[in-house]
Amino acid sequence: MSKTRLCLFVIVIFIAGSISYTLAATVSPLKGDVLPKINLLIPKNPDEKNYLGLSGTGTFRIPQIKAKIVIVEVFSMYCPHCQKDAPRINEMYQMIEDSPDLKNRIKIIGIGAGNSPFEVEVFKKTYSVPFPLFADKDFSIHKLLGEVRTPFFVVIKINEDGTHHIVHSQLGDFQGAHPFLELVMKASGLK
Amino acid sequence: MKKKRLVDLILMAAVVSTLFFTSTAHALSEAFKENIYRVGALKPIDSVLKVKVGDRAPDFTLPAISGEKVSLSQYRGKKNVVLSFVPAAWTPVCSDQWPGYNIIKDIFDQNEAVLLGITVDNIPTLFAWTNQMGKLWFPVLSDFWPHGAVAKKYGVLRSDGVSERALFIIDKKGIIRYIDVHDINQRPALEDLVTALEKTNKR
Repeated sequence: MSKTRLCLFVIVIFIAGSISYTLAATVSPLKGDVLPKINLLIPKNPDEKNYLGLSGTGTFRIPQIKAKIVIVEVFSMYCPHCQKDAPRINEMYQMIEDSPDLKNRIKIIGIGAGNSPFEVEVFKKTYSVPFPLFADKDFSIHKLLGEVRTPFFVVIKINEDGTHHIVHSQLGDFQGAHPFLELVMKASGLK
Repeated sequence: MKKKRLVDLILMAAVVSTLFFTSTAHALSEAFKENIYRVGALKPIDSVLKVKVGDRAPDFTLPAISGEKVSLSQYRGKKNVVLSFVPAAWTPVCSDQWPGYNIIKDIFDQNEAVLLGITVDNIPTLFAWTNQMGKLWFPVLSDFWPHGAVAKKYGVLRSDGVSERALFIIDKKGIIRYIDVHDINQRPALEDLVTALEKTNKR
C-alpha cells in the first residue's frame, strides 16, 4: 500500500469510527428531532393493524401510523421498571380509547429492545398489553435510538403534511396515565 | 491499478461495517440507575466444561439470600432444575436476565421445574443487587466461598474468578439434559431455554 493510500485508509477508519460512535452511543431522541429511520413489521393481527391504520404487509415507519400523536415505549421484558409500569401504561391506553376526543388521535406502541418475538409475546401475555409491541431482537432499532436505557418514552407529533417531530422524550419515571397524557397534550399543542 | 483500488475499497468497507456493527448492545434497565459497572466486551467463553449432557449433575449445597441452604439433591425425583449461572452482580447483561425469568414462573411450573440463580458474589452483594429486580420467586444462591467451587465443579469458572453465563437443565433423575455456556456478552434467548425445558419434561 502506498503512503497516500495508507493515509486515506487511516482517515476513513477514523471518520467511520467517530460516526459510528456518535450514531450508536450518544444520540438519544430529543425534543424537536425527527425519528431515525426505523422500519417495523406491519402486524399480522388485524386488530393491531386496524389500530395503527395500516394495510398490507411488509414494513412501515412510525410516522405512517394513522394518528396525530404516537407514544413509543422502548421496553424490555427483562427490565423491572418496564414490568412494574406495564399496568399503568395499559391504563393510559384505556384512558385514550375511552375518550372520544383522544381515541384515533393518540396511539401507543412498544419496541422490545433486544427482545425476540417470543420474549415480546411473553411480556404481552404476562401484562395483557392491549397495544402493538414490536421485537428488536438484534438491538438494531435500539442502536438507532441511541441505546437508551429502558423504559424510554418518545412522543411523536405527526403533522397534516406527513412530516413529524419529537415533542417529548423521557427516561423512566413514568408519572402515571393521567399526568403523562396531560404532558403529551401540552407538549404537542393538542390542548 | 483499478483492481487494487477495488481491493482497497472493499477492505475499507469491511472495516467501516465492522466498526458500525460491533458495539456491544444491551438495553440497560433504568431500575439499576447509574449503578451498573460497564465491563466492556469480554472473551465470549473462558473455561472448559467438566460435565456433558447425559452425565449425573454434580451435587452441591449453597447458601441462599433467604438464609436457607439449598442442595441440588433436594429436588431429585420431584422437580426438573434449571441452573442459571450469571457472571457477576451489577454488570450489564446479568442485571437484565433474571428479571425476565421472574415473570415466567408459569412456564417453569408447567414444566415441573425450579430455577436456581447462582453467582460467585457474596450474599450481601446479591441481596442488594437482586432487590433492584423486584421480588424474585426463585432462590438466588451464592457460590462465593470456597470461591466459585460449584462453578468450578461444572467447568464454568472463568480465569478471572467469575462464572460463565451458563444454563443447565437437570431432570428429575438428576441427569443433565441441556447445557448452554453462552457468550458472556449476550443474553440467551428465552425461547431456547423454554424449548429445552419442554423437551426435558416430556422425556
